[in-house]
Amino acid sequence: MDFSVFFQPAFSGGGIYLDWVLSGIQWTLWVSILAWIIAFTVGSVLGVLRTTPLAILRAPATVYVEVFRNIPLLVQMFIWYFVLPEIVPTDMGDWLKTRMPMPEFWNAVLCLGFYTASRVAEQVRSGIQSIPRGQTEAGLAMGLTRPQVYRHVLLPMGYRIVIPPLTSEFLTIFKNSSVALTIGVLELTAQARQISEYTFRTFEAFTVATVVYVLITLTVTVAMRALEKQVRVPGYIGSTAK
Amino acid sequence: MKRITLLFLALFAAAGLVTMAAAQELTGTLKKIKDTGVVKIGHREASSPFSYQDDKQQVIGYGVDICLKIVDAVKAELKMPNLKVEYVPVTSQTRIPILTGGNIDMECGSTTNSVERQKQVAFAPTYFMTGTKIIVKKSSGIKGYDDLKGKTVVFTAGTTNERAMKAYNDEKKLGINFIPSKDHAESFLAVETGRAVAFPMDDILLYSLRANAKNPADYEIVGQFLSDDPYGIMLRKDDRAFKKLVDNTVTGLYKSGEINKIYTKWFQSKIPPKGINLGFPMSDALKELVKNPNDKGVEACGKMKC
Repeated sequence: MDFSVFFQPAFSGGGIYLDWVLSGIQWTLWVSILAWIIAFTVGSVLGVLRTTPLAILRAPATVYVEVFRNIPLLVQMFIWYFVLPEIVPTDMGDWLKTRMPMPEFWNAVLCLGFYTASRVAEQVRSGIQSIPRGQTEAGLAMGLTRPQVYRHVLLPMGYRIVIPPLTSEFLTIFKNSSVALTIGVLELTAQARQISEYTFRTFEAFTVATVVYVLITLTVTVAMRALEKQVRVPGYIGSTAK
Repeated sequence: MKRITLLFLALFAAAGLVTMAAAQELTGTLKKIKDTGVVKIGHREASSPFSYQDDKQQVIGYGVDICLKIVDAVKAELKMPNLKVEYVPVTSQTRIPILTGGNIDMECGSTTNSVERQKQVAFAPTYFMTGTKIIVKKSSGIKGYDDLKGKTVVFTAGTTNERAMKAYNDEKKLGINFIPSKDHAESFLAVETGRAVAFPMDDILLYSLRANAKNPADYEIVGQFLSDDPYGIMLRKDDRAFKKLVDNTVTGLYKSGEINKIYTKWFQSKIPPKGINLGFPMSDALKELVKNPNDKGVEACGKMKC
């Protein structure tokens, strides 16, 4: 094993191979975090819709979840990147392919975001549905409207309940972001592959990538655990007060 | 009791000696093939006409045919007429690790013999001479490399063409936006759909991709050679016995003139899957190599400085 390879001048671009790793980390973080923002927002809305008593709101959300979570992520990535620009009007397709800035990057963000949204939606729904029905009824009996029940009764508890599974989804998005390499985003895994192929130091390249992924996910885990502690409702959920 | 133990010891020792004697005869790849009864050929999925899959998913091509001649030679050498051939798909990016890792015994594709790769692997005598050019859409108006300034160019990850193009870009400060792709078919798709304006590749592969395109007339192959790319079958390094057998087989094909038959079959006749004839006669460079075979490599950055 010889990690000095990362300090050798890189083949192109003027820096050293470590710069390739750093640039890879940057793209991984950007793709994952932006995708998570989409996933969390869209997923929350869908999750709420799936629990409403109105079938007309539930149905589209259910269709969304079933479509997006049942198609492999890799296939979705290809659909966004290769298929979508060909089925929209020619002008828009051309814009998607060439004129929009960083098409690979935004494709990856949207694909990963909308895919993960379906999973977040299910977590949010399970959180809301795990709250005893009596609480909704009590809220309504007190004169709250249904949106108010969601806002003040169901969501505050529901989100707290699903912090642990949401943490898993958040971690998964960092790992899934490596699928973006298939459409040409030079994120961490792509850079590791590139370094191994330029330097023939496969073991070193992937060791570094592995360590970085673990560091990222550990940081997220610690942060989410802190959040969980911070928002805990003593005596109701989570670990009891010390 | 003691006598029996001694007898067993003697038997073990004798068995050990026999094994050792056999091991001395055969080493490396030949031993591996003898032990497993299988020759593993690494092939490409989209490097027509060198190594690709036809519409029935059969692995075929000019390189594959030459490799099958090597398999015949191995069968004769090991006296194992029933040797099995197993095909393992590789890409430009995976070919070297898969070969050195031992999952294939030779790679029969369109691999450039470069000095840099020779640090990792060995090459059989060159069996084709080509070089880097770019394929563009006629409608793009691109006539040469300098027209690529600020444009998007797709490359197949792990190729010498990638390096030649990047070295040129660095030297001329063209500010090209590069996107990597998995294999030549996917790279060409990027040009076809307009995601990239150009794809640098060995010109022979570009001619073949164009011939198989939906509308061949839409594309043009332009530019001077950015690099020279001699193709060779890739073997594991420091395996003298196997390398010698491969070298003898390939040069044997050259001496007997059998190579002309194989060449004509792939470059001057109709080939699967679409029955297209590439009409690509043997270049003078290749004729010279057939007369005087060698396994010399080229520099990685083509005609630019690394």
